[in-house]
Formats: sequence, C-alpha cells, structure tokens
Amino acid sequence: MLRLEARRHDSTLMALVSPLIATALTLVAGSILFSLLGHSPGRALYTFFIAPLSDLYGWTELGVKVAPLMLCAAGLNMCYQAKVWNIGAEGQLVIGALAGGYVGLMFPDTQTHWMLVPVLGFGILGGMAWAGLAAWLKTRFNTNEILTTIMMNYIALYGLLYAVHGPLKDPNGYNFPESAQFSEFVTLPVLFPDYRINISILFGLFALAASWIVLNRTLPGFQMRVLGQDQSAAAFAGFNQNRIVWSVMLVSGGLAGLAGICEVAGSIGQLVPQISPGYGYTAIIVVFLGRMSPIGIFFASILLGITYLGGEMVQMNFNLPKSITGLFQGMLLFFLLASDILIHYRILPANRASRVHS
Amino acid sequence: MSIRSGEIHAILGENGAGKSTLMKIIYGVIKPDTGQIIWQNKELAIKGPAHARQLGIGMVFQHFSLFESLTVAENIALSLPEENFPSLSELSKKIIAISQQYGMELDPDRHIYSLSVGEQQRVEIVRCLLQNISLLILDEPTSVLTPVEVDNLFKILRLLASQGCSILFISHKLSEVQALCDNATILRAGKITGTCEPKNTTTENIARMMVADDSAISHSYPRAQGKAIVLQVERLNYQASAAFAIPLTDISFEVRAGEIFGIAGVAGNGQAELLKLLTGEFIDHSDAIIYKGKRLGCLPPSERRRQGIATVPEERLGRSAVPGMTLAENNLLTGYTKGLSNRGWLNWQTIRRHTDEILQSCKVKSSGSQAQARSLSGGNLQKFIIGREISQQPDLLICSHPTWGVDIGAANLIRDELIALRDAGKAILVISEDIDELYQMCDRLCAICHGHLSPVGNTDDISINLLGQWMTGEFNAIEAVTELADSHA
Repeated sequence: MLRLEARRHDSTLMALVSPLIATALTLVAGSILFSLLGHSPGRALYTFFIAPLSDLYGWTELGVKVAPLMLCAAGLNMCYQAKVWNIGAEGQLVIGALAGGYVGLMFPDTQTHWMLVPVLGFGILGGMAWAGLAAWLKTRFNTNEILTTIMMNYIALYGLLYAVHGPLKDPNGYNFPESAQFSEFVTLPVLFPDYRINISILFGLFALAASWIVLNRTLPGFQMRVLGQDQSAAAFAGFNQNRIVWSVMLVSGGLAGLAGICEVAGSIGQLVPQISPGYGYTAIIVVFLGRMSPIGIFFASILLGITYLGGEMVQMNFNLPKSITGLFQGMLLFFLLASDILIHYRILPANRASRVHS
Repeated sequence: MSIRSGEIHAILGENGAGKSTLMKIIYGVIKPDTGQIIWQNKELAIKGPAHARQLGIGMVFQHFSLFESLTVAENIALSLPEENFPSLSELSKKIIAISQQYGMELDPDRHIYSLSVGEQQRVEIVRCLLQNISLLILDEPTSVLTPVEVDNLFKILRLLASQGCSILFISHKLSEVQALCDNATILRAGKITGTCEPKNTTTENIARMMVADDSAISHSYPRAQGKAIVLQVERLNYQASAAFAIPLTDISFEVRAGEIFGIAGVAGNGQAELLKLLTGEFIDHSDAIIYKGKRLGCLPPSERRRQGIATVPEERLGRSAVPGMTLAENNLLTGYTKGLSNRGWLNWQTIRRHTDEILQSCKVKSSGSQAQARSLSGGNLQKFIIGREISQQPDLLICSHPTWGVDIGAANLIRDELIALRDAGKAILVISEDIDELYQMCDRLCAICHGHLSPVGNTDDISINLLGQWMTGEFNAIEAVTELADSHA
C-alpha cells in the first residue's frame, strides 16, 4: 500500500512540522481516550488545554510550571547537543532542592534577603555535584551515562525521603514528613502579589537565552555541537572530549539544581517528599519537541507546562486520575518520535517505482 | 557497448562518470529506466544479483563483502546456492583445484582477517569462478593492491580471458588499462564519450576523452632540494592499544623546509597510527617527534596546530569535516587555533568571509559558505579542506591520500597548491597509496610496511620496482635493484 523511501537530504521542513503533527496526533488520540472513558472529547480537550489559561491565575500558574522545565531543558539541551545522554535532571533537581533547602533551614533567624544567595548557590552546587558524579564515572570508567543518571535519580529521591522523614523533619510538624517552612527571607520574591509566580521564570528565560548564546556564538558551544555530530572530527580538531562532557554535565546539573531549589524556596516553601511532578523527565520531552533549539524549547515548555495544568483540571472536573498528564506527555513523545521518521524518509505509494532496487 | 567472449574490456572514467552505475545495472543491482541488455543473443531483464550469477555474470566490488571472522571456505559457501556444495571439505577441494588452476595460492581454512588485501580479492575472484561464469566484472580492483599483486592479478585475468571468459575492468589508471585491456569504453558524466584500443592509443588521447575541459592532463613539477629540518622523527615506537591498530617500530625520518616527503604504502600498514601520533591524537610514549628542534611530547592537537602543524586526514567526511555542518563551521573546526575565534567568542560574519575567500581561491564549487559539507562532491570538499589548512599558513603540512577519489581536474589543482606551498619554503609530508602521485610530487620517498619504514631516497633514484618491493616489506632489496640497474646500464 504505502512504503518508505529514504530521502536524499534530511527535510528541514519536516523537522519543524513534525512537532505539529505529533501534537495533532496527540489531540486525536486524546479525544479517542476521553470518549472511551465516557466524556465528550471536545469538552474534555477544552478543559485540558484551554480552560487552564482562561484567567490571569491560570497564566501565572503556567509560569510556575514552565520555569523548572525551561531551566532543566536549557541544560539538557547542551548535553544532548554533545550527545551526552543525561537523563538525570530529575535527580539533580532533587539534590539541588535538598542542598539549598538544607542551607536555608540551618539559618532560620536570618533577617536579610541576601540569604537567598547562598541558598540558591548551594542548590546549584548540589545539582552540579550530582551530575558531576555521573560525569566522573563516564570520563574515568567509561560508564554509560544513561544508566548511571537514571539510577542516581532514585538515589536522590530516597535521599530526600530520608531527609524529610529524619534529620530535616519539622519538630513542630505533627510528625508529617516535611521540613519546617522556610523563613520569608529565604523565599523567592513573587512577581505579582497574590500570585505564586516568582522570579524563577526569569532565571529560566535567562538560562534559555544564555544557552542560545553559548551554543551559537562561542567556541565551547561549537565544540559541544561538533562532538555530538562527529566524534572523530572532534578528536581531529583537538577538542578535549572529557572536558566537554564535564562542562555540559556540570552546567545541566547546576541548572537542574537551580530549578529544584527554586521550587522549594518558591512555590512550595518547604522540603516535602514530592518536590517535582517529574519536571526532570518532562524536560527531556521538551528538548526533543523543541528541536534542540532554545527558541523551540521556549514554546515546547509552554505546551508541556499546560499538560500539568490540564491534568489537574480534568482531575477536578471529570474525576479522572492525575496520571492523565503523564499519559498526554507520553503520547506526545511517542508521536513525535514516530513523526520524526519523515525527516529522513518519505512516504510513497507502494506501486510507484523507486530509483534504486537492491 | 558490447563485449565479445574472451575480451578484456576496460571501462574508463573519472570519479562520478557513471562507471559503477553501469556495472551495477549489468549485475542487476540497479534497474535501468530504458534500454536493453542482450546476453548471449537473448534480450533479458536481469532481476537481481542472484539472477545475474545464475546467468554467469560475476562481480568483484571495490569493497569486499567478506566476513572477517570466517574462513575462506565458509565465506565462499555462504554465497553459493545450496546445490553447489555438498560439504565444506568438498568445497575446500574445489577451491584448491580452482586456485591452482589459475595460479592463485589460497588456503581455504585460513580466516579472512589473516589475509592480505590481495588475498582477500582472490577469495572474491575464486568465489565467482566457482560458479562457471562467462563474464567477470571487476570494480577498481587494483586500487588496494601493491605493484607485485597487480602483476599477479593481471596474469590471472589474462589466463581467464584466454579460456573464453569476458572481463569488464573498471579503472581510472590509464597505465594499467594499456597494459591489460583489448578495448576500452570511456565514460564521462553518464555518457559514452569514446572507445579505443588502449594499446594503440596514447595516454593523452584517452585522458582527453575522460576529462571535459582542455586543462593540462598531468603536470610535471621540477624537484626541489629541502633545506632546514622542520620535522624529525627519531626511532618512533608505538604499541597498538586498540584491537586492529598496527604497532610502529623504530620509525625514523625527517621532513625539510621546501620539500615534499612521501611515504608510500598500502593502507593499513601503520599510516593511520603514524598520522595520529604526529597530530597528537595518540600519545607518543617514546617522545620521538621533534618539530623545529623541540620535542613535542604529549602536546595536544590544538597546540600543535598553533605551532604551525596542519593536517589533512584521509577521511574527508567524518574526520576532516563534519558532514552536517556548514563550510563556515567546518572552517572553524581547525581554524579556531588560528584566529577564527576571539577568546572563545565567534564572529560568524568574519568566519563566513574567511570561508568565502578559501572557496574562491581554491575554486571550490559550492553554494557558498552556508552549504553543508556533505552536499559537496569529494573533489570539491577536498579542495576546500586543503585550502582551509593552507590558509592557516602552516610550516608543516601533513596530507594523507590528498587526491584519493578525486577527479583529475581537482587533483591537479590540489597538487598545484601543494607544490606552491613547497616552493614557499614550507615542509610537506604526503602519505599515499597512489604511486603515480607520489612520483609526480615528492622530492624524497620511502615506504611503510607492517609498521616499519623502508630506507629513504631521492625520488628520481628509486625505481617503481624498488618502491614496490619496499611496500611489501623487502627493505634490503635496495642493493639488489641498484645492482640490476647498474648491470642494465
């Protein structure tokens, strides 16, 4: 009926259209899903994608979700440009939150907003250290960073659980597994009074802009891209592969750590067992949906941010489980990877003659 | 075109002239859009390679299709239809019989990886012969062989032809075609531009049919005398660390300013390792490389570039250039050491302008500095890469196979550039398998075999025979041959 034929050149058009095809297919599959669950697909999709943004509150909440996505994705993008497959943004985010949060909790009596500097600083350092461990394993023992970073995500999560169940548990917290609330001096300033959106969104935008400059206007960024596209050309040009691996891992770990500490010192306000609804994993989808370009990542993080809000909305209005968010994110990645085949291949009717038989 | 039985017919043409496409059509790999193939007085459509083999057409590709970890007999068994071999031992006997018949020594029980390239080619030929073929197609069979191996191959082919087997011989080496072939068909840009009897036609006339423009077919350059030593290698030793790397033993030579120094040798005899040791990609533990009087030690590649060592490796796409990146980006790939980056900041306008200058001065055909490297033809990309390295004003330029797979026009331009660089007083080291090229350009020559370096001599003092013996590792052949030359004189 139909068959695939390799294109002579990769299609740049398809590279841009593929995320749109994937989004459309996700909407189709989503409406089938909703109707099977007995809901009107139109109304459900409206509730999922449109309703969350119908008021100012919705838009500010979107900013809350988008900030950590942008921070994590900006860093992951650098890793993926160099084909260093860091899957560990989630763990780096958690360790960042834990390290920065710990510093914040140690000085409950500070009376100055300058306290935020060491708190954020240790958040960044925590994420960097966690990513650095994976970088060390990779450069020293040639371990596969995909495996190490995934495993370290779980270690980080259990580290956080230990902390909030043990040493960092609020003594006056009725035995809930939570730390004490951060003082107002270690809480991130909000952008508008009465809304939760805080300056972390500015960090996210700044990180995206900075990553664009690094990748497109500096030699280190160029070296990352060369290493990702052609290892032996990078070796021939004399780029130090280990140094590139270390740099991208530390930068992305630092940004994920910053995302983590911004979550706890921002919208959450204390250390709790669940800091992130999978921001570190979702950021991977963001990077690929955004075509590994900082501008694309900006739009992709907004779309994925909406899936978090939409999931909460349908949970409230239709009594559906919150895992619907993960379902939509998964479908999006699935359809994206499937559509990406059109970049390298084109579809022809099977009876049309091809150029080459072999 | 037509081929008679027992005829050795050459298909001549530059790279990209369509030689391989035509042969693949005959072998059934590619289907023609129109036209007819008449085989033994019957018009037929060849459905595929298996069908072609059934008809009695065999083909030996440029790149062999052999499994390294299997034996000769096992490899041959894999390609035969089942009814043709009752058992491996039976097949082995057949292989020995055939290989003796044609004077090709071949042990059916040896593993492919232990065979030389010439022997691997024999496996491919025997594989075809076992199927009673009446037409054998050889795609650039000599490009991987030493001169002695070429002679042996020609003997085999002549014997085959005398028994009635027709042979299609694809090549772009005119001397070989003149030595071997009865007739030649010349292709250019997918069209037949002429036929001739090579033995009765001058090289110039054949070449004229191969290249479109009336540019000089081959230049000859005056030899030069080197001056101060730029690069000295003193008893370089290298223990192979990777599985298929070749160890180097006691390599010593020097390259002087204002000369081109050539190292001949069949690929895979340690050239790749030597090149990487010189560029700094491999660490030279014997600390034997002296550049401008200083030991380089484990100086990284970027520092060596800054000190004036430029390199053109053999692989164009995937080492010299990143296929998916633009020419401007590929210019930066090595140019970053020579002022294309300002303390880590990139000014793409400057880089593009600099790239355009290279494209212009080296007459690179491309859509400009924003063209992807992979969109250029091999010759144009190589012109760009050589231009890029020369634009960095190196004191020592190391080239590996500088005109490999490049058409005559581009090859001439590249050689002109190298000679100009030599005449500007720079040192040039050329590593190549192309003996004609080495004789044309180099002032001094030697050969590498199994990681050992032959004696070094002035190009004009070394006969092709002697170089051939050096390439096969007979380094003490020097006296024998000079004596021979003396007695002739």
